[in-house]
Amino acid sequence: MTSGLWELVLQGVWVTIQLLVLGALLATAVSFVVGVARTHRLWIVRFLAGFYTEVFRGTSALVMIFWVFFVLPPAFGWQLVPLWAGTLALGLTYGAYGAEIVRGALVAVDPAQKEGGIALSFTPWQRMRLILLPQAVPEMIPPFSNLLVELLKGTALVSIMGMGDLAFSGNLVRLALQESAEIYTYILLIYFVIAFLLTRVMRGLEKKLKAGVGKSAPRRETVTPEPAGIGGAR
Amino acid sequence: MKWDWNAVSEFMPHFWDGLLVTLKILVLGSLISFALGLVWALLMRVPTRWVTWPVGVVTEFVRNTPLLVQLFFLFYVLPEWNVTFSALTTGVIGIGLHYSTYTMQVYRAGIEAVPVGQWEAATALNLPLRRTWAAVILPQAVRRVVPALGNYVISMLKDTPLLMAITVLEMLGEARLFSQQNFQFTEPLTVIGVAFIVISYLASLALRALERRLVH
Repeated sequence: MTSGLWELVLQGVWVTIQLLVLGALLATAVSFVVGVARTHRLWIVRFLAGFYTEVFRGTSALVMIFWVFFVLPPAFGWQLVPLWAGTLALGLTYGAYGAEIVRGALVAVDPAQKEGGIALSFTPWQRMRLILLPQAVPEMIPPFSNLLVELLKGTALVSIMGMGDLAFSGNLVRLALQESAEIYTYILLIYFVIAFLLTRVMRGLEKKLKAGVGKSAPRRETVTPEPAGIGGAR
Repeated sequence: MKWDWNAVSEFMPHFWDGLLVTLKILVLGSLISFALGLVWALLMRVPTRWVTWPVGVVTEFVRNTPLLVQLFFLFYVLPEWNVTFSALTTGVIGIGLHYSTYTMQVYRAGIEAVPVGQWEAATALNLPLRRTWAAVILPQAVRRVVPALGNYVISMLKDTPLLMAITVLEMLGEARLFSQQNFQFTEPLTVIGVAFIVISYLASLALRALERRLVH
């Protein structure tokens, strides 16, 4: 491979990382808002949040990407820059999965903690911010770490829409060289390295957060990973 | 935003064709992933690191890289090695292989959840290794993991549109083809989006019912 082609691949890596970071930020925001809303005391709020997760987890991420790229522009008369369209589709889809993680971790906090907050006449917002979240967030990190790897794998989908990410640059190099084994091996290796780094960073984060609430991180990861289209019945 | 019901009715024949292909991919892919996942899980229990190490690395690699790129790899590289399959076969192999690295974890958890007493009883009865696995451990392990495997089938359903990228005409492929021929994107894409939600919701209801039956 020539250096010009490597430059193409590097540009692809950059687009993938941008998508990953922006998508992760949006997905985190969505998952906390929707996840907390699912534990709200008003049933209508819980219902709307539940409806959102069912719809976005029920459909395929790729179908969602197509929808954002092709249906939104004529329907609403505005068109998003590809990077933002990709971020929106990925963030909303993976945010729905993240919401389940947030809800699960909040529900798993010992009820006595919440009752203690009520007894001390904390407001609901104070209970959430000072009691529930600090204990729930460290428990969310391992499943979020898996979800982040799934998001990384999901970013490859935008290449179908012609966005110049890592998977797309692989196709360009294949067309240029008329040879595919080498370039696709490299592309897969790059994805694997990024995923490996992500899990390392998340493991460090978990250790730090758990130390903050006086727990030690488990020595061995026992969380089962979840795949890209992560299941409906959970 | 204007909605054209004529476009919907024109699209429906293509939709059923696509649905059939999607379900075909789903069934065959699930079968491959169930079988291959069990093979990986059993290989990981072989007591030598000459087996567990390579299997662990390969499955970890497959699990942490995008299915889409794996499909491209199979679709473009296999013909270079003079192995030619149809696009559909390639896609089914790719998706089955990808998901086998997930089902492998499910089987592993199921096998580890079998009580130690069962192993000890098998040893006490002097059962050969093969019978211990076939008659004692696996029947109990597999029963436990059926709901978890079902979850992965639903996930796989939502990954079947990726096969469109290697020219398979499943639901999304049909929708895209129809859109490009008629310049109507809204209706076909919305129809298949709703179809995915409905199918995966029904499947998750069925799975919950199955789970309840297995528990009792």
